[in-house]
Amino acid sequence: MPDSVIFGMEVFLNGLMAGVLYALVALGFVLIYKASGIFNYAQGVMALFAALTLVGIMEGQVPFSHLINAVFGTKVHHFGWEVPALLAIALTVVVMIALAWIVNKLIFRHLVGQEPIILFMATIGLAYFLEGFGDVMWGADIKKLDVGLPQGMNSAIDDVTFGIFGYGFFIDNLDLVATVVAALLVTGLVMFAQYSKHGRAMRAVADDHQAALSVGISLNFIWVMVWSLAGFVALVAGIMWGTKMGVQFSLSLIALKALPVLMLGGFTSIPGAIVGGLIIGVGEKMFEFAIGPLVGGATENWFAYMLALIFLVFRPQGLFGEKIIERV
Amino acid sequence: MNDMSQETTVTADGRKIGGVVMEMKNITLRFGGVVAIRDISFDIREGEIRAIIGPNGAGKSSMLNVISGFYHPQEGEVWYKGERRPPMKPYQVAQQGIARTFQNIALFEGMSVLDNVMTGRIRQMKAGLFAQALWKGTAEREEVANREAVEKIIDFLEIQHIRKTPVSRLPYGLKKRVELARALAAEPSILLLDEPMAGMNVEEKEDMSRFILDVNDEFGTTIALIEHDMGVVMDLSDRVVVMDYGKKIGDGTPEEVRSNQAVIDAYLGVAHD
Repeated sequence: MPDSVIFGMEVFLNGLMAGVLYALVALGFVLIYKASGIFNYAQGVMALFAALTLVGIMEGQVPFSHLINAVFGTKVHHFGWEVPALLAIALTVVVMIALAWIVNKLIFRHLVGQEPIILFMATIGLAYFLEGFGDVMWGADIKKLDVGLPQGMNSAIDDVTFGIFGYGFFIDNLDLVATVVAALLVTGLVMFAQYSKHGRAMRAVADDHQAALSVGISLNFIWVMVWSLAGFVALVAGIMWGTKMGVQFSLSLIALKALPVLMLGGFTSIPGAIVGGLIIGVGEKMFEFAIGPLVGGATENWFAYMLALIFLVFRPQGLFGEKIIERV
Repeated sequence: MNDMSQETTVTADGRKIGGVVMEMKNITLRFGGVVAIRDISFDIREGEIRAIIGPNGAGKSSMLNVISGFYHPQEGEVWYKGERRPPMKPYQVAQQGIARTFQNIALFEGMSVLDNVMTGRIRQMKAGLFAQALWKGTAEREEVANREAVEKIIDFLEIQHIRKTPVSRLPYGLKKRVELARALAAEPSILLLDEPMAGMNVEEKEDMSRFILDVNDEFGTTIALIEHDMGVVMDLSDRVVVMDYGKKIGDGTPEEVRSNQAVIDAYLGVAHD
């Protein structure tokens, strides 16, 4: 087998892995969009905020320490304890649920029935607020996140592929973990939405507010639940990306990578988010591998957007999105 | 329990009508300067079919919305099962066992008939969010039990053949029936029907009348319905409230209402000199 084919296979696999991580972010968008019709611009920032909170809790950081020190002239930074990863994750989930409740209470329940663009603007505001709030709460420095996930080359895959091709593939253990987690998350979410009482209520609320009320569904409860779920997905994405790149401001920008994923997969489809993510991941890696050298490289920066643009022209509802038919 | 009559009576066709389950006392509802309902009182007794009729704009739908918690009256009291009901949100009213349908049909268009009817069971589902998420034990048993109850209702209303069809694909008459099924799935103590026959042809109206009577007969469900088709209402109901311009102008059995001069005037018009 020629070398280029073997390299190509490795690139393909790595593309799949990268795609899973994109899909994780896109999932959070789809979830909120499906349940409330809101395109949540703040999803990326929520991932950053979740990761910041997780690191902060694990390291026993005092929240708002800079603010407290500036106002009171104290010098507190750490409580002096460390919280085990699992407990810290559980606490972060609690924080994200609290955040969901506050966001609903202060913002979205007052915007019921408003135009989608108004809701979208509100999420932009939320994104900027949360970004600053995260900074004030936990500090703006780049932090290392280690919840004990395996990292580095998977030697089993390396050995097996070396045995077959005489060349060991480099697959990051973290990417494998992310794939498993994403698969579990998606299965769980789909099961929840399709077959559980609250999942059915969630779809009902998305479909018709009045009808949902008449069968005894509390809109506020469902909205808080949806934002909590989105917060949970943001936390998972934040853990994966934070472990990979460190917890830093640029985490919030991965949300931008989710946009082309959504355009491919459709804004309303959970499986679409996964397939869209994989196509973008594989597409950009393979494109860089095959065409990159001819055009001077760095194609990964724009490939995803170009693909999304092509989709917008030929299939605006995405691969799995609901076809928009307007009766006139 | 003040002056509510609690004795059980039996109708000519052998159905039992129990005591008062809901009582509206001096309800007044205003929208800004417009008075939609003016000082109206009436009651609904257990097991009966109670109709609210009146010409367009009489305030019938407003009254139904007051009962189901969508509107809150400025004055008056709502008594339910012998207790005064505090102002409630519509979903709380639904959880108390008052189910309703809508004049313009409010179904979940994107969901299948089965899923739509299943949402009606939300009141019967007790498993918490966590148990639901884990999909084990109580949550699973509950889902199965509720599914059985729903299948019975689907059979009863003869909509088995469209169980898996998305509601958006159904014709109007069937949608009305699915909406009735969803309301019935809640096993309501009072079923509110907002113009169940609106926009139907004669055949569909006959079908719907039959279903309403069957539901009342089979499950003993108390039904309060709004209709402006006088003929249908007179055949269906045990007692009728007549509204006109937000006021109550008649209340009694169909025969009594039919011979009430104020009702005749409201429906046929009266010469003003």
